[in-house]
Amino acid sequence: MTVTNVHKDTDQLTMTITAEFSAPIERAWQLWEDPRQLERWWGPPTYPATFVDHDFTPGGKVSYFMTGPEGDVHHGWWRILEVDAPRRISLEDGFADDSGKPADGMPAVVMVVTFGESSGGGSSMSIETTFPSLEAMEQMIAMGMDEGMKEAMGQIDAILAE
Amino acid sequence: MVVDQLSDHEVDRLFHALADATRRDIVRRVIDGEYSISGLARLYPMSMTAVQKHVSVLEEAGLVAKQRRGREQRVLGRVEALQEAQRLLGAFEQLWRDRFDRMSDLLAETKGDNA
Repeated sequence: MTVTNVHKDTDQLTMTITAEFSAPIERAWQLWEDPRQLERWWGPPTYPATFVDHDFTPGGKVSYFMTGPEGDVHHGWWRILEVDAPRRISLEDGFADDSGKPADGMPAVVMVVTFGESSGGGSSMSIETTFPSLEAMEQMIAMGMDEGMKEAMGQIDAILAE
Repeated sequence: MVVDQLSDHEVDRLFHALADATRRDIVRRVIDGEYSISGLARLYPMSMTAVQKHVSVLEEAGLVAKQRRGREQRVLGRVEALQEAQRLLGAFEQLWRDRFDRMSDLLAETKGDNA
């Protein structure tokens, strides 16, 4: 796996990241389509994700929760906007309350995932995320990032501050 | 320069300040060059008082500073707070790099096994 491109726009609050995989496009697509595979990579090892509903059709709902090291549980949801197997998925991703319902006043992000075929039978996957606000970005990062990573970021900041 | 060790309260203020399109536009402009309040007010379809309020929110968040020049208040941008936004995008990039790594492990595991 190689990350081939990262584009960040602090004005538009978007980030696009693209990676190349040696596996074929149909196989890469399964990483999203199969909830049992999704939960192997969506959350970091310290916050594994469990997908409860997974209706992978336009308008369909996906719900999941992540369990933290202290047994803390964080719910999330997706609303599927488009599915064009094995080329493109777009969805909204947001936080939910303890019952799994979308949380009030918590903004969702829009994610567009684009798959491509590359030479030699491999595939590419590009994720474009648009944040409604910096606040939403902070919340997403806090939820998706494991503790070790946060610590590392803190250390980098400390060095910069010297 | 101190970019880390913001308290939760300070982070909340920063995000609240940047969650509004007019305030983001003000920040963009004053980073490039200072403006007076009345100069800013001419740019938006709102009263001088409304613009003044936006500037106060930005000032409390540390995104802009005000300076008196003779009889005029000038608004200046502060770059440090914007670097915080950049740092967050950096953290988000790392989040996806980690996810790609896990995907890659999973793909390697099931290679030749996807009948």
